[in-house]
Amino acid sequence: MIYVVIVFLWTAILLYILLGGADFGAGIIELMTAKTNKAKTRKTMYKAIGPIWEANHMWLIIAIVILFVGFPKIYTTISVYLHIPLVCMLLGIIARGTAFVFRNYDAVKDDMQKIYTPIFVYSSLITPFFLGIIAASSVSGQIDPSANNFLSAYIFSWLNWFSVAVGIFTVSICGFLATIFIIGQTDNDGDREHFVGKARRTIFIVMFCGALVFIAAYSEGIPLASWIFGDTPGLIAIIAASISLLVMFYALKKDKPILLRLLAGFQVTMILFAATYTHFPDIVLLKNGENLSLLTHQGQARTIASLGYALLIGSIFILPALVYLIYIFQKRQEVPASH
Amino acid sequence: MDDFLAARLQMAFSLGFHIVFACIGMVMPFFMSVAHFYWLKTKKVVYRDVTKAWSKGVAIFFATGAVSGTVLSFELGLLWPKFMEHAGPIFGMPFSLEGTAFFIEAIALGFYLYGWNKLNPWFHWATGVVVGVSGLLSGILVVAANAWMNSPAGFDYINGQYLNIDPIKAMFNEAWFSQSLHMCVAAFVSTGFAVAGVHALMILKGKNVAFHSKAFKIAAVFGTVAACLQPLSGDISAKDVAKRQPEKLAAMEAHFHTEKFAPLIIGGIPDTANKKVDYALKIPGLLSFMATGDFNGEVKGLDAVPKEDQPPVAVTHYAFQVMVGLGMAMVGIAILYFIALWKKKQWLDSKWLLKLFVAATPLGFIALEAGWTVTEVGRQPWIIRGVMRTADAVTPMPGIVYSFYLFTAVYISLAIIVSLLLYRQITMVDSLYDSESVQSKN
Ligand code: HDD
Ligand code: HEM
Ligand code: HEM
Repeated sequence: MIYVVIVFLWTAILLYILLGGADFGAGIIELMTAKTNKAKTRKTMYKAIGPIWEANHMWLIIAIVILFVGFPKIYTTISVYLHIPLVCMLLGIIARGTAFVFRNYDAVKDDMQKIYTPIFVYSSLITPFFLGIIAASSVSGQIDPSANNFLSAYIFSWLNWFSVAVGIFTVSICGFLATIFIIGQTDNDGDREHFVGKARRTIFIVMFCGALVFIAAYSEGIPLASWIFGDTPGLIAIIAASISLLVMFYALKKDKPILLRLLAGFQVTMILFAATYTHFPDIVLLKNGENLSLLTHQGQARTIASLGYALLIGSIFILPALVYLIYIFQKRQEVPASH
Repeated sequence: MDDFLAARLQMAFSLGFHIVFACIGMVMPFFMSVAHFYWLKTKKVVYRDVTKAWSKGVAIFFATGAVSGTVLSFELGLLWPKFMEHAGPIFGMPFSLEGTAFFIEAIALGFYLYGWNKLNPWFHWATGVVVGVSGLLSGILVVAANAWMNSPAGFDYINGQYLNIDPIKAMFNEAWFSQSLHMCVAAFVSTGFAVAGVHALMILKGKNVAFHSKAFKIAAVFGTVAACLQPLSGDISAKDVAKRQPEKLAAMEAHFHTEKFAPLIIGGIPDTANKKVDYALKIPGLLSFMATGDFNGEVKGLDAVPKEDQPPVAVTHYAFQVMVGLGMAMVGIAILYFIALWKKKQWLDSKWLLKLFVAATPLGFIALEAGWTVTEVGRQPWIIRGVMRTADAVTPMPGIVYSFYLFTAVYISLAIIVSLLLYRQITMVDSLYDSESVQSKN
């Protein structure tokens, strides 16, 4: 049963990166888009994301609940030592969620929009940035339970070049996912061309940010290269992602939106796989070398069993409904939403 | 302020904020579904307008509820890591089921909000009902988790270790039923009165009277019926508390000494130093009767537990008085409303009844917050009653005071913005719906 729970945890994280990431990316792209195209970008994105907006963010909650029920020691260690970046991320989540609703449901469309929009786009940037910092910090080995001063316990646990670089990389991934996604939502050639051009540029930005991560890891003495290229499955994943990138340039040229989305999803999956595989089952690396492992720090058997059943039963209800929701709103794009 | 107090206040603030959104998010879908049902049955456009206007309210509250709830699931660890380390695996069952309920709710809401003209009308209506039912279910589940903190079950606590964990037993602890029932009814009372009050105000202002009268009636019927059920459910809760947490009941009643034929104390100022209550109205024997079902039953006083295990008396007592007082006031309004519905139709058109509802707009939510204060402060000094003290559960990180200021500022600004948004939503009813109903009538 523990493996069922771990698979759910991993899948929830992946889906949050993919779906929530595309969602954050929408805001990031809006931020990076020239004024003249802003309205277009925003309309196209909103039409696509509106109906599944709520559901996208549930994956984070599922992941957190799995952590605190099944792996309490891991949840509490992260909560204590990464308190500050977590709070920053939460502020981003609060700001973004409310701004999203306000700009879409405010009955009066007036100057208030000028307030909502900046809040929305900047929090779209901040939230994944800190999410990346948190993820990187949990494996950068800087969390020090025996630290005896504030700075080393609660600041240097997360403030280092590697974490910052991963934060930036996460932001770039979100932007990438959103641009790829948006290509399939466009309804005329002009727009499509515009976004295809953007997608090309975004791919280079992602590659650049990826390189930054390696440089930062090297400067912090984190053996990232040997983690990722050191064992076969990780290496295969990275090679597969690289090959699919070539296919992607082809698909961009030939205008195949569905293939593009599948490829983008595949690439991010492979990156997450490579990043987590080397450490598995460890999920938090501590400074003193005592790593927190999903296997040794799991809850008691009854807890894991009931958690596993709850997740299995839950997914029987959730997955078909979610798929149907996405299907129905993708299929009927032509009918304008009237609410 | 020290960090421990800041952590408690931050938790209280976040929960107090979330509960408002959560209640509206779980009750409004029912109102909306009723209006929607009338629209499908009668094809009167005004019902469709009410449904659409309310569904925007649901969307706003759902999203703010979801955001504040997400924050809570992190805050549990950020503020109370020692508690979560041990409690997580025990009381986590309702949370993992709750995840499913939320998910279904979010999906159904997607169908509902974007499904006008796209789905089969009755399927569309049903997705609205699913939003309400799964919201209610998640409310029940999360309160079951809170009930576990009041009456821990499903594990053996041996030498500081939590052994033989049974998450199912933990979920169905002794308090889950009375608390969840009381909570669900409270959600209907508070949302019903709040919504009815707002629409009553608009009727008094003479704006879109047809629209607001229909909306008022649906909300008022839900609110008043629930208000009458609330004291019954509260009685079950009180008897339950008397059995499982006598020290909490003693603090609620400011009942210092264990005695038989105990009086019910109404109002008054508890004097903890001298163990008495000044200026209170005392009804002999009634507390014994209410707690035990027998006028001569023995009710444990605060003296039954050691000093260091006693909850704060004043806050608990005042909060309890506020809740019960407002509850009774709402029962009063409900009775007047029923008389108006059945016997005195002319009252329905009179201003004073509407004004009464306007005045009662916030009462339900005040009672709700007061009730939670009773439950949570009355559990102190324990975070898990009898097992772990709140002071032992708090995070070791210093500087929580600043996080408390930060979150307080965020929540206050959010509350202001949401109110503004709703205000604009309501004042726009004219232009949004009037022209539409005029057109469709022709
Ligand atoms: C609209 C809100 C509302 C109203 C009118 C009332 N209550 Fe209440 N009460 C709540 C809202 C609430 C609550 C906020 O929902 C609580 C907090 C925890 C819970 O389960 O319900 C609560 C708790 C609560 C408790 C403590 C339960 C526990 O700790 O397990 C008792 C004994 C009562 N109530 C009793 C009453 C009585 C006798 C009422 C008579 C009118 C009453 N309540 C009206
Ligand atoms: C939404 C309604 C709720 C409100 C308004 C509320 C209110 C409060 C208040 C006032 C406190 C501070 C008590 C004190 O320190 O004196 C508190 C503490 C706390 N509550 Fe609740 N509560 C609610 C529901 C819940 C639920 C459902 C849970 C968990 C499942 C919960 C968990 C906690 C925890 C962990 C603390 C901190 C420890 C403590 O002070 O005992 N609360 N809450
Ligand atoms: C008595 C207290 C509580 C009640 C009645 C309650 C109820 C609800 C409801 C009905 C929702 C759905 C949102 C909506 O419809 O607007 C919600 C959202 C949420 N609540 Fe609470 N909640 C309570 C306390 C808590 C606590 C203590 C936690 C922390 C673990 C929590 C976590 C969440 C989360 C994560 C969400 C977001 C899920 C979504 O997207 O719908 N809630 N809550």
